[in-house]
Amino acid sequence: MAAGVEGDMRANGVRRSFGAVRVLDGVDLTVGDGEVVALLGGSGSGKSTLLRILAGLDPDATGEFTVPPRHAVVFQEHRLLPWKRVIDNVGLGVPNARERCRAALAEVGLADRARAWPAELSGGQLQRVAFARALAREPEVLLLDEPFGALDALTRLRMQELFGRLRSRHGFAALLVTHDVDEALLLADRALVLDGGRIAAEVAVPLAYPRAQDMPGFGELRRELLDLLGVPVALSGSGEGSR
Amino acid sequence: MSSLLVAPDVEVAHDQKVPRKRRVRWQRVVSPVLILALWEAAARAGLIAEDKLPAPSAVLATGWRLARDGTLGDHLLNSLSRAAIGLLIGGVLALVLGAAAGLLRLGDDAIDPPVQMARMLPHLALVPLLIIWVGIGESMKITLVALGTFFPLYFNVYAGIRDIDERLVEAAKTCGLGTWARIRHVVLPGALPSLFLGLRLAIGAAWLSLVVGEQTNTQNGIGFLMMEAREFSQTDVVVLGLFVYATLGLLSDVLLRVLERRALAWRQGLKAT
Repeated sequence: MAAGVEGDMRANGVRRSFGAVRVLDGVDLTVGDGEVVALLGGSGSGKSTLLRILAGLDPDATGEFTVPPRHAVVFQEHRLLPWKRVIDNVGLGVPNARERCRAALAEVGLADRARAWPAELSGGQLQRVAFARALAREPEVLLLDEPFGALDALTRLRMQELFGRLRSRHGFAALLVTHDVDEALLLADRALVLDGGRIAAEVAVPLAYPRAQDMPGFGELRRELLDLLGVPVALSGSGEGSR
Repeated sequence: MSSLLVAPDVEVAHDQKVPRKRRVRWQRVVSPVLILALWEAAARAGLIAEDKLPAPSAVLATGWRLARDGTLGDHLLNSLSRAAIGLLIGGVLALVLGAAAGLLRLGDDAIDPPVQMARMLPHLALVPLLIIWVGIGESMKITLVALGTFFPLYFNVYAGIRDIDERLVEAAKTCGLGTWARIRHVVLPGALPSLFLGLRLAIGAAWLSLVVGEQTNTQNGIGFLMMEAREFSQTDVVVLGLFVYATLGLLSDVLLRVLERRALAWRQGLKAT
């Protein structure tokens, strides 16, 4: 369709309306090979809608988009099938890949829980299984819809660190939908701000991995993104860190 | 890590649960046994007239006598085969129509309204019509059982499919599962708890239909045994028939519970937490 590089994910003029409300009004974006792009936006800005469209879950959207066939989705909720053991959830839709599934589980630190039922795991563990399920597909692109949003603060930090490790090992590209500016700056190469149904701004994040909130340059980028998201600078800008 | 913390937790929960469960079971036997003992004592003391309600021991003796000469077994077999055939016919119909109405919009529009209307009829009231349609023979009894089992199964299959979390279906879609694979891995197992509930209600309905069906022009079956005994005022045989029906209901329930525990093992974890 589009004359892009093999493995790129791109969208051109994606539109979606719910009744009279036009949520997406011509979104263009490209996620390069191995690139992690954060998609920021206020609640109701349509960022999850866009991700669902790219995941092929919204037949009513219009516009052009190409997503590599080898892609996987991780949702905010784990969405594991409660009637399948952990290992069978990971292997859903990837037949004859038992070893790959075991490896994926081991990578998220849950090799010993392969035979457990989802109901026996904690929230953080379930989300790790959801990541293993995505990994077992050996994806070129991961579509992540606030994958750490439902976790407690400590688990979220651990998961973000895990994501960084997995990414450096597998080199997948990812579109990370989030409302958390810090998360975007910790994990992404580039941040897009969705506003008014379009990509309103694009901010490169030229920081070295692994990143931390206290590294030089982080604060400035944070302020810039918050500014773009319409959060008054005075709230976070006057004095580093304190309100 | 946290996995190390969770595993012992689950075990502790089980350890506490087992003894408590056993104690509860034992306690639940007390009152039925007490009632039986009182009944027996009252009958022996002559407080209850024998031709109104014989003692449980007398009923059991009658049961033993009829079991030994093969009468009880024959009648039981006849009743059981009627229930099984009726359940099979009603069950298959309910599964097919319930699945069609639950899965397809067209099926929902075409099948559900008439079924909802027919549900309002107490199916036992159809006996006169059934006699006109299929006669008073074996097919009438089986039709009655099939009708009785169809409705609870249909509604639970339908509801079970409708209640499946749409988000799980979506997740399966993103895992590359096609329509049939989604039905197999998501819809079917997701509807299974509902299906079991429907089956349990259907079996109850099957016995009920049988009780009524076997009282019309029958030469065998537990219902016939009871009707015949009533004519000869054999109260012990009538009560025995009631005992048999109760035991059948109890046994089928236990059997279903065992099957359910096997098939729905994934829910055990849910209950423990």
